[in-house]
Amino acid sequence: LRKNVEDFTGPRERSDLGFVTFDITADILNRKNGLQSFRNKITLIIFDWNVKQLFLYLSAEYSTKNNALNQVVLWDKIMLRGDNPRLSLKDMKSKYFFFDDGNGLKGNRNITLTLSWNVVPNAGILPLVTGSGHVSVPFPDTYETTKSY
Amino acid sequence: GWPGSGGTRGGAAMDLFGDLRRMNKRQLYYQVLNFAMIVSSALMIWKGLIVVTGSESPIVVVLSGSMEPAFHRGDLLFLTNFHDDPIRAGEIVVFKVEGRDIPIVHRVIKVHEKGNGNIKFLTKGDNNEVDDRGLYKEGQNWLEKKDVVGRARGFLPYVGMVTIIMNDYPKFKYALLAVMGAYVLLKRES
Repeated sequence: LRKNVEDFTGPRERSDLGFVTFDITADILNRKNGLQSFRNKITLIIFDWNVKQLFLYLSAEYSTKNNALNQVVLWDKIMLRGDNPRLSLKDMKSKYFFFDDGNGLKGNRNITLTLSWNVVPNAGILPLVTGSGHVSVPFPDTYETTKSY
Repeated sequence: GWPGSGGTRGGAAMDLFGDLRRMNKRQLYYQVLNFAMIVSSALMIWKGLIVVTGSESPIVVVLSGSMEPAFHRGDLLFLTNFHDDPIRAGEIVVFKVEGRDIPIVHRVIKVHEKGNGNIKFLTKGDNNEVDDRGLYKEGQNWLEKKDVVGRARGFLPYVGMVTIIMNDYPKFKYALLAVMGAYVLLKRES
């Protein structure tokens, strides 16, 4: 699972608004017999007979002065059983506005992006799994004033 | 044949009335007590579930299509609401807007938690274009822990449809109750 990001913050009246663009490459597999190993740390997500869909989401987690823990979902996707299991998204803009509750994005060096997913079975337990592998994103110290998004 | 046996004359309905006439008071009381016991046991199991899960409503029926294709109207959800469970982005929560009775099943998309444990979060239905701010109370921008009925931990498809049908067609509900009542009162223990 690889993510590359470029970012800048934009000013809004009261809260920081962050802009992140990212790439996601993921291979989501069907269960085969035995283990399979891959070059980078790709996490195996398993589509088996009881999995109806996966709800994938990219979330940013960080701390600010105002709040000890913040989590914001930037992007999500529903992957049904039978869909193309290869995700290759480049230069994606976040689907949702990345507002902070306050001004904690400016100069924040430690924003972690992780890919997680919710397994929705045909019937049964609903697990929430976080992918191993995450990317740290530092935000710059200044606001961008002229970029249009 | 025996009087009142009904056998080949008039079928099952005659059998029922025959039974009723033959039952004496004692048997009737016994059947009523039996019925009451079944109802009490069911209520106890429900209360037990409430205690064990920590949720005021551990089993809910999905009422709208706002979480499709994961959940459809009529699906059943099993919830827990442990006090120490943190609320995290991506979780499916069932909440009630202050002042309204209808539980809503949506996903958490934003969380801001303070050091002292104070949490405020935003939700959105998977199948909706926008977040739930339009659903919250006037002027309310965030949900808090107290609005949460529970977190969805498991689900069964279609099973909750019975509740929806009973709600939309009250006659069906009464008919069902009448049939159940008749069955329990008239059932003979062999």
